[in-house]
Amino acid sequence: MRNITAPRLLAVAAAALLALTGCATTGAATSPTQGTTANAAHSLSVTDAWVKSADQGMSGAFGTLTNAGSADLTVVSAATPAASMVELHETAANAAGDMVMRKKDGGFVVPAGGSLTLAPGANHLMLMGLTAPISAGDEVAFTLTLSDGSTCDFTAPAKAFSGANENYEGGMNTEPSK
Amino acid sequence: MTGDPRQVAPRRLSRRHLLLGGAAAGIGAAGIGAAGAIGIDLAGRAGQTSGQATGTAAPVAGGDTVAFYGTHQAGIETVPQSHVTYLALDLADAVDASALRRMMRILTDDAARLSQGAGALADTEPELAVVPARLTVTFGFGAGLVARTRRPAPHWLKALPPFTIDRLDAAWSDGDLLLQVNSDDPLTVAHATRMLVKDTRSFAAVRWVQSGFRRARGSEKPGTTMRNLFGQVDGTVTLAPGSPDFERLVWGAADNPAWLAGGTGFVLRRIAMNLDKWDGLDRSGREAAVGRRLDTGAPLTGTRETDQPDFDAKTAIGFPVIPEFSHLRRARSDNPDERIFRRGYNYDETPTGATGSNSGLLFASFQADVDRQFVPLQKRLDTLDLLNQWTTPIGSAVFAIPPGCGAGGYIGDTLF
Repeated sequence: MRNITAPRLLAVAAAALLALTGCATTGAATSPTQGTTANAAHSLSVTDAWVKSADQGMSGAFGTLTNAGSADLTVVSAATPAASMVELHETAANAAGDMVMRKKDGGFVVPAGGSLTLAPGANHLMLMGLTAPISAGDEVAFTLTLSDGSTCDFTAPAKAFSGANENYEGGMNTEPSK
Repeated sequence: MTGDPRQVAPRRLSRRHLLLGGAAAGIGAAGIGAAGAIGIDLAGRAGQTSGQATGTAAPVAGGDTVAFYGTHQAGIETVPQSHVTYLALDLADAVDASALRRMMRILTDDAARLSQGAGALADTEPELAVVPARLTVTFGFGAGLVARTRRPAPHWLKALPPFTIDRLDAAWSDGDLLLQVNSDDPLTVAHATRMLVKDTRSFAAVRWVQSGFRRARGSEKPGTTMRNLFGQVDGTVTLAPGSPDFERLVWGAADNPAWLAGGTGFVLRRIAMNLDKWDGLDRSGREAAVGRRLDTGAPLTGTRETDQPDFDAKTAIGFPVIPEFSHLRRARSDNPDERIFRRGYNYDETPTGATGSNSGLLFASFQADVDRQFVPLQKRLDTLDLLNQWTTPIGSAVFAIPPGCGAGGYIGDTLF
């Protein structure tokens, strides 16, 4: 049901409740310029990922990014075949005091040995220009790109969700969808 | 009040401990210590707000979990939890096998997480999920669902034949998808049910919901046969989980299609019990109607609940001690294959009109072949059972219970 590697499958079976989606890393690891140096994405794992189902327009993706390494990681961009554009968003107060979603300057920093939660009403991946309806139960593929150019792939099941309708800075609203 | 609450160090299980300890020894050891602490703690705080007291009370049984993944679905052999909610859903017209696959992946993931005390994905109230209290979610497929897959259905997956005693209401009958949500904690049942229903919204609509209860956990020894609202010991004759008979008659292949291997059949009957009319029957009449003693549940010819009835025993004036018309006599078959596994619950709803009760039994039985095991039994009771004077079936539904799944699979993955 998820893209998980065999060793991780054991971990899932043992923990039963953890949806562990390890990063399938690409890019820097095979880049000759990086030599044998471990890339940042090797330290990153994505758990409990899900995406809000939507017929068209915009959606959001959520989950927990965990950094098992000893150096902070920075996610600088995200992409999915399900949307023409993905932005890293935060939800914060604007100058008028309203809570709005807006692009996160500098990307998502995942602290060394720590994690970053992406959740409705907080940091999240903003999908814009859906290429097709995202139906509940669909498995949506994502690629995160880190500041060193390495990437991390994961899939997220789509769930019908009524929330995650915060104001978007720029005046647009996302409608509740099924 | 004998203890000084200050002498009892407050024990608080962390959420992580609660989650990962589960039914394992970790929570057992801590839980026993905590059990003492709770009672004394509450007593010592009498007069204070209960919120404070419960804030420091460590869960005892709330952390217990039942494994979700396995050959068979949980919630069948599981020692019956105190509470149940059965839901039947009707699939939207557009739902095909592909959509069923998507739906069951989500519902399986929800059930797997919730049963282990974790919030579901996108759970907006994950704090309600951390007390699983042996939560199980069991899925059943109705004839309408199997038809969407164009795969063969078991021959018995259809409405039961009509019985003369039936007064069935469509509001309590049939359905495409069954969810059986069990826990020892009713708040846990409510949250799990809410989460599951939210995740079916794209695919189906709720057809009916039936909730039931038994004794609270810890009120009596586990494994005690439940009592119904007539006061009767109800469900003595059943198949014992783990026994060879259970393996054969519940998990057996019968002549079911291959996708059902590891699964079984399920019948839910909503049986109204007329408590007002039952009040008019004296104790001897009540015992004669069922053929058992009310105090012990023993056959009228025995002394213990598990004693085999002696149908040949006669009274001093020559009548059978266990009347021919009694429920016990009529339910009994000479054919050892005509047996079922019972896992029912009581219901007690708001009375309507002039009646003083709206109560009854959620008769729930599991059997590999509904036609060969359940139907003959019900036919005998339909023909003659004195208890029929006080009981009326008002709802009826039959579902196929697919097998369990592994951690990488989902319920229904043998069918879709």
